[in-house]
Amino acid sequence: MPATEPSTIEDVREGLQRAGYLAGESAALVAYLATRLGKPVLVEGPAGVGKTELAKALSRYLERPLVRLQCYEGLDEAKALYEWNYRKQLLRIQAEAQDTGWSEVQDDIFGEEFLLTRPLLQAISSEEPVVLLIDEIDKTDQEFEAMLLEILSDFQVSIPEMGRVEARTRPVVLLTSNNTRELTEALKRRCLYLWLDYPDVEHELEIVRLHAPELDATVARKLVEVIGMVRDLDLKKPPSIAESIDWARALLLLGATDIDDAVFRDTMSVIVKHRTDLDLVAERVGVKLVTRA
Amino acid sequence: MAVAPPGIAARLVEFCEELRSEGVAAGTSELLDGFAVLDAVAWTDPEDFRAALSATLAKSPEDRRIFELVFDRFFFRAAEAAAVEVGVKESDGSTGSGSDFDEMNLDTLRQQIAAALRDGSEAALRDLARLAIAAFGRQGEGSGVIGVDVQRIRRSLGLRAEPQPDLDEDDPRRDGLPRDQLRRFEELLRRELERQQIERTETLPPKRPLNELDRALPSGPLQDLAAVHRVVTQLKRRLKTQGQESRGHRHHAHVDVRRTMRASLETGGVPVQLRYRPKRPRRPEIYVLCDVSTSVTSASVFFLSVLHALHDSFRKMRSFVFIERISEVTDVFLRERDFANVSEAIAKDAGVADVSGYTDYGRVWSEFRDLVDDDLHPRATVIVLGDARTNGRDPGADVFAQVAARAGRTFWLNPEPRLYWNYGDSVISAYERHCEAFECWTTAQLEDFVKALARPVGS
Repeated sequence: MPATEPSTIEDVREGLQRAGYLAGESAALVAYLATRLGKPVLVEGPAGVGKTELAKALSRYLERPLVRLQCYEGLDEAKALYEWNYRKQLLRIQAEAQDTGWSEVQDDIFGEEFLLTRPLLQAISSEEPVVLLIDEIDKTDQEFEAMLLEILSDFQVSIPEMGRVEARTRPVVLLTSNNTRELTEALKRRCLYLWLDYPDVEHELEIVRLHAPELDATVARKLVEVIGMVRDLDLKKPPSIAESIDWARALLLLGATDIDDAVFRDTMSVIVKHRTDLDLVAERVGVKLVTRA
Repeated sequence: MAVAPPGIAARLVEFCEELRSEGVAAGTSELLDGFAVLDAVAWTDPEDFRAALSATLAKSPEDRRIFELVFDRFFFRAAEAAAVEVGVKESDGSTGSGSDFDEMNLDTLRQQIAAALRDGSEAALRDLARLAIAAFGRQGEGSGVIGVDVQRIRRSLGLRAEPQPDLDEDDPRRDGLPRDQLRRFEELLRRELERQQIERTETLPPKRPLNELDRALPSGPLQDLAAVHRVVTQLKRRLKTQGQESRGHRHHAHVDVRRTMRASLETGGVPVQLRYRPKRPRRPEIYVLCDVSTSVTSASVFFLSVLHALHDSFRKMRSFVFIERISEVTDVFLRERDFANVSEAIAKDAGVADVSGYTDYGRVWSEFRDLVDDDLHPRATVIVLGDARTNGRDPGADVFAQVAARAGRTFWLNPEPRLYWNYGDSVISAYERHCEAFECWTTAQLEDFVKALARPVGS
């Protein structure tokens, strides 16, 4: 049995907080439902709002190991599910004495000894329950999605030569997507859906203060407000939560007591990472800071 | 865990029906999930209830939006219908004494509302909305039209998004109020007024389906540019991943003999692992022509932002705008990154020889042919954004055919619904023979087009 089994939504929220993740209302709710119903969760949202972090925090909180499958374009079964160890099989055949029958060899070389388990099979066949994170599912192609369906609905993998491998324990599955392409209906149907967006000012302030507790309260508030302003601009890459935390830490290191124009210009590169964006932000936000200071 | 009352199952099915009628793909399995989560979540908590349902029923940002709208409408109506049936009435100040609101109190109420708006506390706002209706709604004896009443109350409260420097130092309205909060407050007022109306008349007003505008891409001239831009940024990201999907396929891959032989050394000369030649992604060269005449004013903002998005995604791309004559604007897009600047620059100096403001397609084609004649080749793609309304001039379809024949592929995006094609002075059928024409006035249609564009040639 898992070490922790939440019984209310409040449990999940507190647990996640202990694990260093301040979950919003819906995030805690969906995480709770995922553990209760054993359904996979599809998490969507802009980059850097803590989709991956949610999975990590869940694994810390539930005290289950995290199995992570990072998706990329061109990912196939051999890298995600399982692969036969060709070389070992070949050696096995060569090492065989001449008179051994084919059927014996065949039974032998398609055994577990010659199977290389990849993250998905690993998560399914693990002795203890795990948290399975399938990161950036939108980067793969549709064929790969179709392959996932068997795992997500029945928690089993069919290997033609061996038969079916069924899950010994139910993993908590999280899929993340940056919404760069529409996922198939079939995949969505099997999942609960969680949309994570940039948090509001108060929530982000809490997050920043959790990760940089030494930062002065007024500076932290101003930081979060500036981040909000920057996000409102039309940028190539708006700053994520991770970047606000980095910025808070940078300000701590520099010992800044206030965010004025000079400090902002010096540290701006922590939150804005495109040449053209830098100009735009300096022009729009910098001006506001001068008038305010 | 609280057990849901028996009636709720039927309600949920009705709710699901309503979602489907608005175009959300909520199937039976989604509905079953909905019931499953309601076993795990206390259905008495409105926020949890809504979040749990939306996690199972609405599975994309667009569906989420529709879900929120339908949820509000459905449960508001359900609650009111029940109230009318049972005969519940609010017995508060709304029918009682209104005379305690003297001028003094009105002023503090104004301040309180403005303060609540600024701080954004939802519960306080709801109460204040009812107070405001009680205080102001009766003075002129409601006009009977809810929208009018809402605006009247807002005006008499002096709530504005713009700063009002002539007010006192400590007045919360002085610096202007957040716009979305104001909108939220108006919504509460509207809801409250609707509720009171239902209570008075004891009937529900007829149900109104969400109109296309609520959810589709805004395309009126007064459109919210930011909304268009959000859609386009998403499209931009999609474009980046989409074209490469086909690279994952192994079909038709060529075996790289040299690398396969080399790999086979590891396995004693037996070629166990085949090495393939990498497939190079298709890098189309694109020519875009965009109509910016008055007949497509509303659409050309949208078109220009699409152009803008495309510029970031394809290396070799030349763009042109045209009304009566054609003008190349590739440089403008290269120079300016900010979309507002681009549209301004194009409007100002792109040199669109615009005498009458009417599109002359025939002339545009021949000029375009002369401009790019040397560069067009079978791997090039030509995209035309326009409504194909010639204002009675020569459509020049033969010249267009020549252009289309020299280019590998030609697409036409028409901002008008297919229903209006070929009516009046629209001559799209003359061009459709030589290209693939798409209607394009919602984001979904735009996506269809992007799929067609990213599709490899010959398939």
